[in-house]
Amino acid sequence: MDFKDIIKPENLVYRRSSLLTDKPFSYCPGCGHGTIHRLIMEVVEELGIQEITVGIAPVGCSVLAYEFMNMDMQQAAHGRAPALATALKRLMPDKYIFTYQGDGDLAAIGTAETIHACNRGENIIIFFVNNGIYGMTGGQMAPTTLPGMPASTCPFGRDVNIMGNPLKITELVAQLPGVHFATRQSVHTPRNVRRAKKAIQMAFEVQKNKKGTSFVEFVSNCNSGWKLSPVAANEWMEQHMFPFYPLGDIKVDGNLVTK
Amino acid sequence: MGELRLMKGNEAFAEACIRAGVDAYFGYPITPQSEVLEYLMSQKPYETTGMVVLQAESEVAAINMCYGAGGAGFLPVTSSSSPGISLKMEGVSYIAGAELPLIILNVVRGGPGLGDIQPAQSDYFQATKGGGHGDYRLYVLAPSSVQEMADFVLIAKEMAFKYRNPVMILSDGIIGQMMEKVELFDPIPRRTIQEVEKQAPWATTGKKANRERNIITSLDLDPLKQEQHVYHLRDKYSQMEREDVRFEEISTEDAEYLLVAYGSSARICQKAVDLAREEGIKLGLLRAITLFPFPSKRLAELSNQVKGMLAVEMSLGQMVEDVKLAVNCRVPVEHYGRTGGVIHSPVEVLEALKSKIIK
Ligand SMILES: Cc1ncc(C[n+]2csc(CCOP(=O)(O)OP(=O)(O)O)c2C)c(N)n1
Ligand code: SF4
Repeated sequence: MDFKDIIKPENLVYRRSSLLTDKPFSYCPGCGHGTIHRLIMEVVEELGIQEITVGIAPVGCSVLAYEFMNMDMQQAAHGRAPALATALKRLMPDKYIFTYQGDGDLAAIGTAETIHACNRGENIIIFFVNNGIYGMTGGQMAPTTLPGMPASTCPFGRDVNIMGNPLKITELVAQLPGVHFATRQSVHTPRNVRRAKKAIQMAFEVQKNKKGTSFVEFVSNCNSGWKLSPVAANEWMEQHMFPFYPLGDIKVDGNLVTK
Repeated sequence: MGELRLMKGNEAFAEACIRAGVDAYFGYPITPQSEVLEYLMSQKPYETTGMVVLQAESEVAAINMCYGAGGAGFLPVTSSSSPGISLKMEGVSYIAGAELPLIILNVVRGGPGLGDIQPAQSDYFQATKGGGHGDYRLYVLAPSSVQEMADFVLIAKEMAFKYRNPVMILSDGIIGQMMEKVELFDPIPRRTIQEVEKQAPWATTGKKANRERNIITSLDLDPLKQEQHVYHLRDKYSQMEREDVRFEEISTEDAEYLLVAYGSSARICQKAVDLAREEGIKLGLLRAITLFPFPSKRLAELSNQVKGMLAVEMSLGQMVEDVKLAVNCRVPVEHYGRTGGVIHSPVEVLEALKSKIIK
């Protein structure tokens, strides 16, 4: 096979989603944000719903998501994306609306908007990237920072007696009747990437059927904030994050998953 | 002639929103403006015009719902009273920065802090000088009757789209709560989604194949570009000053002294003008209808005619600073007004005029 054969369309095994722009990601090398962006855009492309989808990214490392996702997007104030999504969905019930939020955004400053949008059962998807830290502002403690885990505002590790406990917000919102689908995924191995994509597809399906809120958490790395190399960050995530934030579905079809 | 009704100011505002074809209302209860949401829910416009009405979990959520709606080219409305308006200010700044249409009603009560629930005009600075962060302005209308609570919705709608800028209707507990006869304008249908997209080609309604993607943001990390953006905003505010200043004059033709007031205080001042004239004092009144842009030019002209001005507002003196700037020391300018929810009487105004200006 020479080069000309290789580039024939029938030999194509992978290409970048046409819904990702040419702009290089501003994310740190090894960061999970890029993979998650790609998966969401692939699903939107495969469903052919670009013309009827609007995304919302609030403040956080992904505040510039609109530079990378080739679709109509709104940039929200810190924590408020579910409020924007509520309005967009109610005014345009036949469009697909999703938010893309970090853990500080969703589970600290925006907790009220998160819980109430879920509790109203807004027909939206909340993509939630949990990296256990405030990435954008330089590695401060997040509501999801693990006990004992260091961050710039808890340099000796999170002392739960002083700083409180990490918040498992996905388990929390899964209790609400408005939430139809809640799941926790990761994108650090090809197998997990495939599973995560299925979860994203499921979330869009739920929205299509107007069943209520879908809440898709990604436990992700922040190698810069964690001060680890990309490979070491993924290992650390497996060893420490997954035991506390176990992967898998939490609520499917409106029913809590019993383990 | 339109339909006549006896209504509270808050109800007239809510009814006017439905009739003006507003797309959505998001709010949170607070006295003295809760009738807005209550009235809307009692009328169920979602079953008639399709207007979305939602009680949000907080003022913060409500203003951010407005951001979402405005970003998709719709016309959202929110209302609150002083403490709630403070909570909304981050969102208002974002909406001004992202250049989205919005009507926001403040039915002002006494403050600071939780203050009380009586009428006040002590949010003037917040409404006209920023309130939220950054270089931005609101177009600020001050109604002084229940009729204007209804009519100003139409002006606000026009200005919100003309300038792609939030419009604040700065009312107060008197205007919000009192009942007056109001003539309602005929209903205007809500725009269809096609009309929304035509009027707002920048709106995020889903990226069509034949256009670039639309992005709603107030972010630009490049300071030179951010500066250009702020200059662009400034040009809009200058245009407001050139084209859309509104005010009303009462007995100014031969006036030797001038009261300057807005909102319910202007109603009180109207009576004070009558009392003064009965005593042979040639007193006039300039009622500011837009607080930003402020009728500075007209005040400057009047400062060549009158011997002094009294800015009358239910606050420690906020608008008086704009009057002084306009008059530029040509004649004495003083402030008079009760505050903290206390309403001054026409007699008190006249006494203040005599002691502070006529002397
Ligand atoms: C009202 C407000 N407070 C604080 C900030 C500063 N800020 C920006 S991003 C951020 C934290 C983001 O962390 P997270 O949501 O976990 O997202 P990540 O950057 O980790 O992806 C903070 C505190 C802000 N922009 N606005
Ligand atoms: S700071 Fe962390 S979350 Fe942000 S891009 Fe870098 S690795 Fe990713």
